[in-house]
Amino acid sequence: MSVIAPKFKFSEFVKSILDNLFWAILLLSLIGIPLTQIILFYIEMPVINGELLTPFLALTWIADPSRTLPIIKAFMTTDLFRIAAFPGFGFAALLAAGTIFVERKMLAKLQLRVGPFYCGKIEGILQLMGDGLKLISKEIIIPAKADKPIFWAAPVIFVGAAAAFVALIPVAPGWVVADVDVGLLAVFAVIGFFPIITILSSWSANSKFPFIGGIRALHQMVSFEIPLILSLLGVVILTGTLNLSEIAASQSSFPWIIFLPIGAIVFFITMLAELERIPFDLPEAESEIVAGWLTEFSGMMYGLVQLGTYLKLYAFAALFVVLFLGGWNGPMIWPPFPEEIITKGIEAGPITVMIPGLPVFSQEMINGVIWFVLKTVGVIFFILLPRGVFPRIRIDMLLSLGWYKLIGLAFVNIFIALGLLYAGVLGPGGIL
Amino acid sequence: MTAELPPGLALQKVDERIMTLNVGPQHPGSGHMRIIVQIDGDFIVACDPDPGYVHRGEEKMAEYRNYITNIPHLERPVIHDSCNVLYPYVLGAEELLGIEVPERAKYIRVIASELNRCIYTMYWLAIYGIFLGHSTMFMWPAGDREFLIDLMEKMSGARVTHAHFVPGGVRNDLPPNFEDVCLRQVNYFEKRIKEYGAVFYDNPILISRTEKTGVLSRQDAIRLGTTGSVLRASGVDYDLRKKEPYDVYDELDFQTNVLKEGDSYARSKVPWLDMMESCRIIRHALEKMPKSGSVRVKLKPNPKGAIDSVYKRVESGRGSLGCYIVSDKKPEPYRVKLSVGSFRNLIALPYLLKGEKLGNMPSVYWSLNYWPVEADR
Repeated sequence: MSVIAPKFKFSEFVKSILDNLFWAILLLSLIGIPLTQIILFYIEMPVINGELLTPFLALTWIADPSRTLPIIKAFMTTDLFRIAAFPGFGFAALLAAGTIFVERKMLAKLQLRVGPFYCGKIEGILQLMGDGLKLISKEIIIPAKADKPIFWAAPVIFVGAAAAFVALIPVAPGWVVADVDVGLLAVFAVIGFFPIITILSSWSANSKFPFIGGIRALHQMVSFEIPLILSLLGVVILTGTLNLSEIAASQSSFPWIIFLPIGAIVFFITMLAELERIPFDLPEAESEIVAGWLTEFSGMMYGLVQLGTYLKLYAFAALFVVLFLGGWNGPMIWPPFPEEIITKGIEAGPITVMIPGLPVFSQEMINGVIWFVLKTVGVIFFILLPRGVFPRIRIDMLLSLGWYKLIGLAFVNIFIALGLLYAGVLGPGGIL
Repeated sequence: MTAELPPGLALQKVDERIMTLNVGPQHPGSGHMRIIVQIDGDFIVACDPDPGYVHRGEEKMAEYRNYITNIPHLERPVIHDSCNVLYPYVLGAEELLGIEVPERAKYIRVIASELNRCIYTMYWLAIYGIFLGHSTMFMWPAGDREFLIDLMEKMSGARVTHAHFVPGGVRNDLPPNFEDVCLRQVNYFEKRIKEYGAVFYDNPILISRTEKTGVLSRQDAIRLGTTGSVLRASGVDYDLRKKEPYDVYDELDFQTNVLKEGDSYARSKVPWLDMMESCRIIRHALEKMPKSGSVRVKLKPNPKGAIDSVYKRVESGRGSLGCYIVSDKKPEPYRVKLSVGSFRNLIALPYLLKGEKLGNMPSVYWSLNYWPVEADR
């Protein structure tokens, strides 16, 4: 007998499976189907075979599986899907979770350790889930003299602001949650909102170390916002638009980092400072001010702030990709969808299966997403790398770097962009 | 109730601009102690180190145990540096009991104490790294000191608290082929710590952060009575291994590392240079050591010391470490007093932190080569 299950009985095993099956079917029929109905009620239904799909007709996919794909495609065109799943929150959260895993394992390899190892059998891949469960199950402690409404709201607003940032990022042609014409201005607006959340949360905690951390974060973010905005002006000058999708589309033949390397470097450094990553993690410097503005957060409030931080990290890396590395543009590496499956169907022996609604995603979209993800992961890697190499810098060095050096370099970058524009090399009507 | 309060209890007038921070004892940047810091904006106005949270009464305990049973608990103040902490006590007890130590035992003691100096300094360096936010510099020394811990385990049987030095020599002889293993591990260790230069000591951010911060001038270093690496970083060539050689240090070839700057960077660099010197000492000692012979003089049961007092001191990882033993012809010493380098170095902290930025506090504090448990004893 094995040690793990000393009293194993096959009948009980079968009984437990049947129990689970019973509850699954009961819950699905009581909650799942009504919920699906309600969701379908709010979705604009497609026209299939000449008849408008209704929520009741939509459920016919259970009897006729060939109706599944059109319904899924109809669902994918809705705003709900865009916000919750693909270019929006779900996709970003998935990449953020991957970032946390890669950060832990990469740093561990760099520092001659193993990193997460046991949770999830394969290289500790479920460690993050375990941490999340731990944070959810912990007690949330609010300081007695805290300003409670603001203190409660701060982590939620932080995640909300990070998600708003994510919503502005175009992932593939046409795949963006909010395709606004002043997208870059909206990005600046969202970035400008983060210091307010930080100072509010740290002040409302009514504690000394969070207060010092919040003041530091305020100094850092405000002084690095100016070089950040200035470093992106070069791209705006050359493209003549603020729409992020158009900026990404304008780099179909070459990315802007070739012509504006100084702007890219300045943006990368300011990005590290805005993200509070080492060497600029002064607001969370643990040996000086415990955990900075996060000191009083406990349980899932801390978890939410961490989620927001990594969403923000993804959003900044994606912004770097969109502005300087060409966004989704790249050589076509995804094979085209075989046409004969659409026209002739799949021949499986004697029967031929016709699947309407194929292909689900277009070739350009999949290719764009692959390039976008590859570039974003590369940028995230370079954001993570300094953590293993650099110590933390001091607040006066940080401010002098931001105000003297980076602003100067950002202006040099603007002059380069203007020179390229007036020489007629690049920009609207340029020869390249 | 208008009675005059004594000056220590009178309420202080508090400036609105001044904020008092209790850094420790549960703060990640303090160790087992508290630093009461008063800050005006980002600048430290006053600083009051408050040690004593890990007082164990080692000195009083030593009065109830005889000369041999004192050994395991007297090394507790700094378990990473346990050989060096025990060294002055053993030297003093030998003089009181009138024992002559065999030549081979002296060499083994020197090797063990240099290995322990490296083990301690690696631990100290790891914490210095994490205090500056450099997590790689926390993991690398913490991992590399395993080589030397393995050596000490081979030598004494225990990984950290060795209790290896006894009055009259060392507890056990070296295991067979220890010399080869030791030479190999120490050579590799030296190669590794030279790599720390590239990742940590030559790092431009580290240099710009710690240079010209917490400057302790040569005069102040002498006046405040600092010892060890703090004193040597301020330009004073003072190393007890050279000035008052004990055991066989006068027969070995090494030099002391002296830097003139006296800032946090120099103070953090001197122990690192000392580790390379320790590797040289170990290699030289392995070469000169008699290949065979007794390592321990047999003592009478319950040896009684002469009516006398003796003060011996050695150069530990944190500077001069002295032990004063008074004996009154009983099996137990009448009084044992440890004079430790940590406490002497801590005295300099309020002078160094005044006027510094809050961000410099961890680097200045830990560059003083301070070990809270040793200071409290």
